Amino acid sequence: MLTRDQAVEIFDRIKKRSTADEVEVLFSGGRFALTRFANNTIHQNVAEENSVVSMRAAFGGRTARASTNKFDDDSLQRVVEAAENLAKVQHPDPDLLPMPDAQEAAGCAGGSARATPAIPSRYFEMTASITPEQRAEGVKKIVGVAQRHNLTTAGVFSRAESCEGIFNSRGLSDWHTQTLAEISITMLAEDSSGWQKANSPDVANLDPLALAETAAKKAADSARPREIPAGKYTVILEPAAVLDIVGFMFWDYSGVAILDQRSFLTGRMGTKLFGDNITISDDVGHPLQTGSPFDGEGVRRQRVGLIENGVVKRVVFARATAERTKRSEYRNKAGPIEATGHGFPLPNEMGEMPLNIVFAGPSDPQSVEQMIASTERGVLVTRLWYIREVDPYEKMLTGMTRDGTFLVEDGRVRGGVRNFRFNESLIHMLSNVEAMSEPVRSCGEESFDMVVPAMKVREFNFTEVTKF
Amino acid sequence: MRQIAHWALDMAGRCGASYADARIVAQRSRALATKNGKVGSASDAESVGMSVRVIADGAWGFAASTELERGAVEATAARAVEIARASARVKQHDIRLAPEKPVVAEWTTPFRIDPFSVSVEQNIELLLKIDAELRAVAGITLAETSLNFNREEQWFLSSEGSDIHQTKLSTGAGYAAYAFAGNEIQKRSYPNSYGGQWQNKGYELIEELKLVENARRIAEEAVALHAADQCPEGKFDLILDSSQLGLQIHESIGHPIELDRVLGMEANFAGTSFLTLDKLRTLRYGSDLVNVVADARQEHGPGLGTFGFDDEGVPAQCTPIITNGLFTGYLSSRETAHTIGENRSGGTLRAEGWNRLPMIRMTNISLLPGKQPLSLEQLIASTDHGILMQTNRSWSIDDKRYNFQFGCEIGWEIKNGKRLRMVKNPSYSGITAEFWNSLDAICSRDEWTLWGTPNCGKGQPQQVMGTGHGAAPSRFRGIKVGSAYKSG
Repeated sequence: MLTRDQAVEIFDRIKKRSTADEVEVLFSGGRFALTRFANNTIHQNVAEENSVVSMRAAFGGRTARASTNKFDDDSLQRVVEAAENLAKVQHPDPDLLPMPDAQEAAGCAGGSARATPAIPSRYFEMTASITPEQRAEGVKKIVGVAQRHNLTTAGVFSRAESCEGIFNSRGLSDWHTQTLAEISITMLAEDSSGWQKANSPDVANLDPLALAETAAKKAADSARPREIPAGKYTVILEPAAVLDIVGFMFWDYSGVAILDQRSFLTGRMGTKLFGDNITISDDVGHPLQTGSPFDGEGVRRQRVGLIENGVVKRVVFARATAERTKRSEYRNKAGPIEATGHGFPLPNEMGEMPLNIVFAGPSDPQSVEQMIASTERGVLVTRLWYIREVDPYEKMLTGMTRDGTFLVEDGRVRGGVRNFRFNESLIHMLSNVEAMSEPVRSCGEESFDMVVPAMKVREFNFTEVTKF
Repeated sequence: MRQIAHWALDMAGRCGASYADARIVAQRSRALATKNGKVGSASDAESVGMSVRVIADGAWGFAASTELERGAVEATAARAVEIARASARVKQHDIRLAPEKPVVAEWTTPFRIDPFSVSVEQNIELLLKIDAELRAVAGITLAETSLNFNREEQWFLSSEGSDIHQTKLSTGAGYAAYAFAGNEIQKRSYPNSYGGQWQNKGYELIEELKLVENARRIAEEAVALHAADQCPEGKFDLILDSSQLGLQIHESIGHPIELDRVLGMEANFAGTSFLTLDKLRTLRYGSDLVNVVADARQEHGPGLGTFGFDDEGVPAQCTPIITNGLFTGYLSSRETAHTIGENRSGGTLRAEGWNRLPMIRMTNISLLPGKQPLSLEQLIASTDHGILMQTNRSWSIDDKRYNFQFGCEIGWEIKNGKRLRMVKNPSYSGITAEFWNSLDAICSRDEWTLWGTPNCGKGQPQQVMGTGHGAAPSRFRGIKVGSAYKSG
């Protein structure tokens, strides 16, 4: 994998070749391997190594980017010329800021210092060194569980070792490495299925057998699903289901989204939009989070309280977005305005986004089992699927339940039910949360990883039932 | 490049692979976008690398790297074999490949104007002109435009003797106008949502799309939607425009016919399929009017699923998928063909780039046009009471591809053969085979468009692929409309 020293050398070669007023170079890459299984067989098994250098040139308000995965002199020369040629033909953008220096990126400009979280090491040698044989052994254990329960299994066991770096001509330099191991398991029975997924920088935190047993139990318990009518139900959403649906609103927690009037928070900042029990922050330093501590311009990520007790308090800002917002009609309608370290690499249209979401734990956490025990009639949901936005301002989403949907009656799980389609507003849903578990690190397929609780939600709107 | 591939194939063979192929891919892309009168993004990218796919001990292995020196290439090939041997620890049976005659060939996407030869200034000028047209309409709060160009050059060599050099070129363009007012965001896109129209051709596509000419109308419609009535709820005859029908084909025909899904290979992520093997040549998928093909050949048109050869060296083919309403074919590969009794792959294995494993992907999955002359206006004129929906806004379908729900940007209520009124937030839902069996009219060839879907996701690690979908406006009887907005 590319090292910081190698990156410094490549940056120097690019800088020497460039005629731009300012130069910024991003590095990303690493080693990735994934073992995929289905029908109790490893059917795909891949490994790759790749590194990308991406150069941004700036000439007095004009900027553009070019990238390559080849680091020889000719390739770097082409990248420099491509970025500069793209930049030179543009109209000057008065909102484009000079690149940040190291002091500004760290949040120490002008003598003020803001709190940026220290992050724990996210690189684990044991994860980086997982071999194909070790992954196969893990899969063998999972298949063993499937066979013991007369099930068929499909899933993945992957490991990644990645780097991310940024250097600019004003002296900023930052580098981050991390590892990530991931296991996802689907257990299939004749007319039902169960699913579990987990990931962690440290593979020691993953237990393939426990995940497999839970997925198998869900498949067995949801066998012979019955059809119950669509309608409004109390639902118990496991953490992965919560993550996948709530993830669709965080694109809107962005200064640019407010300025563009494409956010459902436009005109709603400072209002109480959700229930008292909803408090959400973006916190890259949280021990269960992953990711680099700096953004696409190298600015260190702040911890940002997005929602406090249901009130929308803040959105995140890239540097230029913060300056634009201060001059805009939204300067008093966007919460506290400052660069928070959440910008995407420039140039881009989307601005910024919080990507390290952490839900605050409730004062009276309840386990999923406790939520079931307190439910007279409801639906337990393992996972949601194919979620899409139906109405951007009401934040109404549609999607399906999948891989373990159960009827709950009189405090007990009463067996599997056919999967539902939902059409539900996130504003409505997060105003109707009756109970939450302790937040956990969770991962799904529709949204990015988060630290989220399981939730019991009343009046969740199922509109149709499918055939299985 | 051929020498590099031979280094890999030779090493794979020496390590014990019973089959190997090597793909060396050089990709180049350009993305330009504007937002509200300014350039939003401008970037060029290139990526070069090689992958080796092998069978050893009866199981698959795959390794990819950017390093193209001999030692690194041989190490990558050896790693692929090592991975295959690890795969063999958990297998139920050995991999079987359908036979394929080795091919030595060159193939290039036909194009008239190389999009990379058109100056960036000219492109930005075009986008800003569209942007100005959109924002000239009072009430438009956000205007976004984009142009995308991609070139992919690939050398495919296999241990069976295939040697194929293929260059594919694609072009995409589109824009969207948003109007925020009150408690509502409305949006109109042209020529399609989510990036517009994409085809495997050169810059001539941009000239054909009449982008500037349509901008004012699109912006006016976005604003007018605020004053439109909510789309009524109930059962209606539904007319879909060709772009929305293209996505309907993608989701409710294209994905269910992928044989890897049917066989459970995608069960953990993309899902499986209701089209179990017993349904081949027995299921009435649609009404008698429904004829669908999977056609990767150039003669089908410049779709994103058009190529000379797939990524395991199988020539482009046309497979009848639905014939007069009867389900007649799956998308297959050399590994899966035998499961449906075929002795040859359907030629649909494709990879996103040099570093991804090829997998079964849609080619151009197209609904053939009606045989009798029928325009959209004639179709409307023959409809007593229905809803016309245009341009996708949301799409969702379950993991076996039964239940779907689509939202569109704009709708029109039709009464007594005439457009009665514009309606906003239109949506419809249904069950796949019931829906296709309700089709009772398809417009003819002159209304048929081969749409490009550039963002089809599948696989772990996920790969994004472009697919093509030809469609003409069509009518479906008695479809459930508006349940997305139904409360409780």
